[in-house]
Amino acid sequence: MAKARVLIRPKEGILDPQGKAVERALPALGFEGVEHVRVGRMVELEAEDPERLSELCEKLLANPLIEDYEIQTL
Amino acid sequence: MIWGVLQFPGSCDERDALHACSLAGEARLLWHEDRDLSGVDAIVVPGGFSYGDYLRAGAIARFSPAMEAVAEFAEAGGPVLGICNGFQVLCEAGLLPGALLLNENLRFVCRQVDLIAGDERLSIPAKHGEGRYYAPDDMLDRIEGNGQVAYCYAPGNNPNGSARDIAGVTNEAGNVLGLMPHPEHAVDPLTGSTDGLRVFQSVVRSSA
Amino acid sequence: MTPAGADAEVDGNPSLTPLPSTGAEQPAAYAVLGLTEAEYLLIVEKLGREPNDVELAMFSLLWSEHCAYKHSRKLLRRLPTEGERVVMGPGENAGAVDIGNGYAVAFKVESHNHPSAVEPFQGAATGVGGILRDVFALGARPIAILDSLRFGELDSVRSRHLLDGAVRGIGHYGNSIGVATVGGEIYFEAPYEHNCLVNAMCVGIAKQQDMVRAAAAGVGNAVVLMGASTGRDGIGGASVLASAELGDGDEAKRPTVQIGDPFEESKVLECCLELLGKGLLVSLQDLGAAGLTSSAGEMASAGGVGIDLDVARVPLREADMEPFEIMVSESQERMLGVVEPAKVPEVLAVCEKWQTGATEIGAVTDSGRVRILCGAEVVGDMPVDALVDGCPLYDLSPAAPDGWIYGNRATLGRGASAEETLLALLSSLSVASKRWAFEQYDSVVGSRTVRRPESADAAVLQIPESGNAIAVSIDGNGRRVACDPYAGTVEAVLECAQNLACVGAEPLGLTNCLNFGNPEKPIPAWQLDRAVSGLADTCEALGVPVVGGNVSLYNEGPDGPIYPTPVVGMVGELPDPRQVASSAFAREGDAIALLGPFAPSLAGSELAKLRGELDMGLPQPDIAAVAAACATVRDAVRAGTVACAHDISDGGLACALAESAIASGLGCSVDIAALRKRGCSPEEALFGEGAGGFVVSGDRAALEALGGLVVGEVAGEAVEVDAGELSLSLPLDRAEAAWRSLPAQVDRAA
Repeated sequence: MAKARVLIRPKEGILDPQGKAVERALPALGFEGVEHVRVGRMVELEAEDPERLSELCEKLLANPLIEDYEIQTL
Repeated sequence: MIWGVLQFPGSCDERDALHACSLAGEARLLWHEDRDLSGVDAIVVPGGFSYGDYLRAGAIARFSPAMEAVAEFAEAGGPVLGICNGFQVLCEAGLLPGALLLNENLRFVCRQVDLIAGDERLSIPAKHGEGRYYAPDDMLDRIEGNGQVAYCYAPGNNPNGSARDIAGVTNEAGNVLGLMPHPEHAVDPLTGSTDGLRVFQSVVRSSA
Repeated sequence: MTPAGADAEVDGNPSLTPLPSTGAEQPAAYAVLGLTEAEYLLIVEKLGREPNDVELAMFSLLWSEHCAYKHSRKLLRRLPTEGERVVMGPGENAGAVDIGNGYAVAFKVESHNHPSAVEPFQGAATGVGGILRDVFALGARPIAILDSLRFGELDSVRSRHLLDGAVRGIGHYGNSIGVATVGGEIYFEAPYEHNCLVNAMCVGIAKQQDMVRAAAAGVGNAVVLMGASTGRDGIGGASVLASAELGDGDEAKRPTVQIGDPFEESKVLECCLELLGKGLLVSLQDLGAAGLTSSAGEMASAGGVGIDLDVARVPLREADMEPFEIMVSESQERMLGVVEPAKVPEVLAVCEKWQTGATEIGAVTDSGRVRILCGAEVVGDMPVDALVDGCPLYDLSPAAPDGWIYGNRATLGRGASAEETLLALLSSLSVASKRWAFEQYDSVVGSRTVRRPESADAAVLQIPESGNAIAVSIDGNGRRVACDPYAGTVEAVLECAQNLACVGAEPLGLTNCLNFGNPEKPIPAWQLDRAVSGLADTCEALGVPVVGGNVSLYNEGPDGPIYPTPVVGMVGELPDPRQVASSAFAREGDAIALLGPFAPSLAGSELAKLRGELDMGLPQPDIAAVAAACATVRDAVRAGTVACAHDISDGGLACALAESAIASGLGCSVDIAALRKRGCSPEEALFGEGAGGFVVSGDRAALEALGGLVVGEVAGEAVEVDAGELSLSLPLDRAEAAWRSLPAQVDRAA
C-alpha cells in the first residue's frame, strides 16, 4: 500500500469566504502581513494503486469546477 | 402524474417533498439503493444532508444506484426537480451546470425570500449553508443566453452571495431543474405561502 | 427510580473535574471521582468488599449528583406530576401528554452547560443530539427544538465566542438532522460569564401504541447496542483509574470533548422509529451522561431485573480501551435496546438497512445484579439496587443572603430621557431581536411551523395526525429569580402560560431544567428550595403537571454562583391552527387594550439592571388572577376577537408596544396614565415589569367587552406613549434599528 496525501483547495479566483475570515482575524491577533489565505481540506489515504489517485480525485474527492487538488505520495 | 421522491440516509425534507408532490399528483418514496424507479413520471431529489454531506454537499449521493437511474431517466427527457441538497447532487452529477458553495457569510440561513421567474414573483423559504451558486463567467453567459436561469432572487433577496442572483437553473433541454429555496415548504397557507405549488406545476408542464 | 420531575444529566458535576495534582500524596481514587469517604464506605458495605476499578467508576457516576440527585431529589417530590392527559411522566426518557386521536406529544428540556462552556460548538450540538435521543427513545418522532441560552455580557470576547459557537452548534445538529428549531430565548448577564447555560428542549409526536418505556424486561432477552462505535469521549476525571504506567504523554488519549455526528443520529433515529413501528423492541434507552453505566443500570432498576454486559463485544473506535473506559464512555449517537431473542436477526437487518451499527452485547437476567464481563472474565458485579438506588440523599442547609450578592453595573444614567431609555432597553441584548440567531436555524422543515420565531409569543406547530395544533414556549429570567427565587420562578411558569394564551393554546404539561449553583452552599440551596416551591405551587394552581425535567447544579464561576435559573418549557394545545394570533399589530385603526392584573414595578427589571440598581425583592404575583387573564386571552384568540396578543415582559409595556409595532410596521398612540390607579409611577407604567400583563389589539367594543383597558390605537409611524408626567414618541425606524442591533454587537470584534 502506498501512502498519499491529497490537498484540495478552492480554485484561484473563486471567492473563499473561509480564507477571507481567517485573513481578517489575523491582524487582531498580532499577525500582520498575511494575505492570500485559502482554506481547503486534506485527505490522507493508503492506496494499492497510486496510479488511479487522479481519477479518484476527479470523480469524488474534488469538484474540478471549483477546486484544485494536489496529490503528494509519501 | 406519479412523482418519485428519492430518500438518502441523511435526507431531511423528503417527507415534506412527498406531501407537496401529493398535492400535484400521486407520490411515493424511492430508496437510494434501488435502481428501479418503479415507473414514476417525475423525480424529486429532496433537501437534506445526504450521507452527511461530509466530503462536499451532494458529492457522495450522486454515486448511489438510484442516482444512476435518475441520470438515465433525465437523459431520456424525464422531468427531475432537485431542491437544495438535491440541486447540489444534480450539479455534482453533471446533470446541471455550476456548483453550490458555502454561503458568503459562512452562516446557515433560514429566511423567506422572493424569487423571480419571468413575470412571476414567488415567496418561498430558503434554508441552507452551502447555497452560493457559482459558475465561471463564460458558463454564466451561456446559461443565461440559453434561458437556463429559471429562478433569480429578487433584488435585495439574495441570501448567500449567488452569482447574478441565481436561485435555480435548468439543463439545456429544460427537463432538469435545480432550485436552492424550498418550494415544498410553500404549499400550505398555514405555514406561510402556497407559491411553491407553482414550481411543481411548472415541472409538470415541462414534461407535457 | 428517577425522582419526580427529573432525569440524569452531566453539567457541573464535580466528579468529572479532576482534582489538581498537589505533588504530595495522591488523594484516594474515590475522592478524585467525587465520592465522600462515607459514601465509599457505604459502597464497601453494600458490596461486602472493596470495589474494583470498573465498579468504582460505575458507582461514582451513578452516585453523582447528576444521576442520583442526592441534593435535589427530596425537593423535587413537591412537584405535581399527575394529570388526565399525562401519558408518560418523570422517570422515562421524556414526558408525554395525550394530544388526541391516539397520538401523544413527548417533550423534555435538558442542559449541556459544562460541555458548552468548554467547547461551545460541540457542547451545544451534542446537547441537541442528546435531547433528540431522549424523545425518540420512547418512540416519538422529534418535530421541534427550542433552546434557552445564557451568556455573559457581549462586551467580553469569551461571551461572543461562546454565543457564536453555541448558535452554530445548535444549527449544525438540528439543521442537519432535519428537525425544526422553532423558538427559544437568549439572555446576557454577567453572572453567566464563566458558566454559560445551554438548555435544549425537544418536542416529538408519537402514536401511543408504538411508544415504549425504558424499563428492561423479559429474562433471557438480548441487550443490543445500536448506533455509533465507542471511543474515549467524555471520560474525563475517570481517567484517574487508568493503569499507573500511563505517563503524561498519554493524556491526549483521553479526550473529554464529545463530538456530535448528526448524520449518524439521523440514521439511528430512522432506524429506531422503524424498529418500534414494527414492534421489534421491548424497551429502548439512550446513552447519555455516564454512557452504558447509567443506561444499563437504570434500565435494570426500572424493570426490577438484572443485566449482564460483555464489554468485549462493544464495537470500539480505539483498540486499547479498558473495561471501565467502555462502561463510562460518553460517545454520542448510541442507543440500548432490549430485544426478544427470536427478533434479534430482524433487528439487525433493519439496522443494516439504515447503515447503523447493532451488536448484541448482553442479556437480561433474573439475578438483580449488573454484571460486567470481558469475554469469559467477570470484571464487575454489583447489586442493581445498591448501584442505582443506594446513594444516600442529603438535606440542604438553606440560608437566605443578607442582600444582593451579584453586583451592579450602571450603563444608563438616571437623567436619560424616556426616548433614550426606550432605545437603551430595545438595544439591550436580552430584549433585542434574536433574528441573528434564529435565522441560522431551519425553522420550517417538517411542514408544521404555523408561527415561526418572533412572529408570535409561542411557536405553533400543526399536528395533522390529531387534527389540531400545539404551542410551545420556553422561559426563565434568572435575574428576576435571583431577586426573589420564589416569585421569579412563579413568573417563569406564568410567562410560559401567557405566551401560550397569546396564540390561543391551553397548557397540557411542563418540563423544566433547574440550573443552579453549588447546593452544598447555603445561598444556592436557599435559591433552589424556594424556586422548587414556586414551581410546584404555580403548576398546582394552574393544573399543569410536570412530566419531566433535569437538574444542573454546581454552576459557579470564580465570582460565585450563576443567577438561579429555572428554565420552564411548556406545551399547550389549540384546537384550530387557523385561529392563531400574532405579536404584530394587525391593522391601522385597531384599538389597543391592556388585559390582566398587570401592576408593574422596577424591581428586578431590565431598566433596574441598566441603571445598576438591582436589589432583592419582587412583588408577589397573583397566580389565580393571571390564570383568569390567560383564559380570557386564549378564548378571545380562539374566537378571533383579537388578532394581536403579546405578553408584557422584559423592558415593560413600552417595549411590548414597540415590539408589536416593529413587527407590523405600524405605529401606535397610547395613553397609559390610567395605570396610575394601580399604584405605579409614570416610569413604572412605561418600563416596569411584573406578571400578568397582555397587550391586545382589535375592535374597540370587543376589547371592552373582554374587560380590557383600552389605552389607544394602532396609528402613525411612531411609538407614542403618554404616561402622564412622562411621555415618549419614538419613530418606528429608530426603534427598529435599536431592536435589531444584535448582529452589529456580535460581529464587532470578528
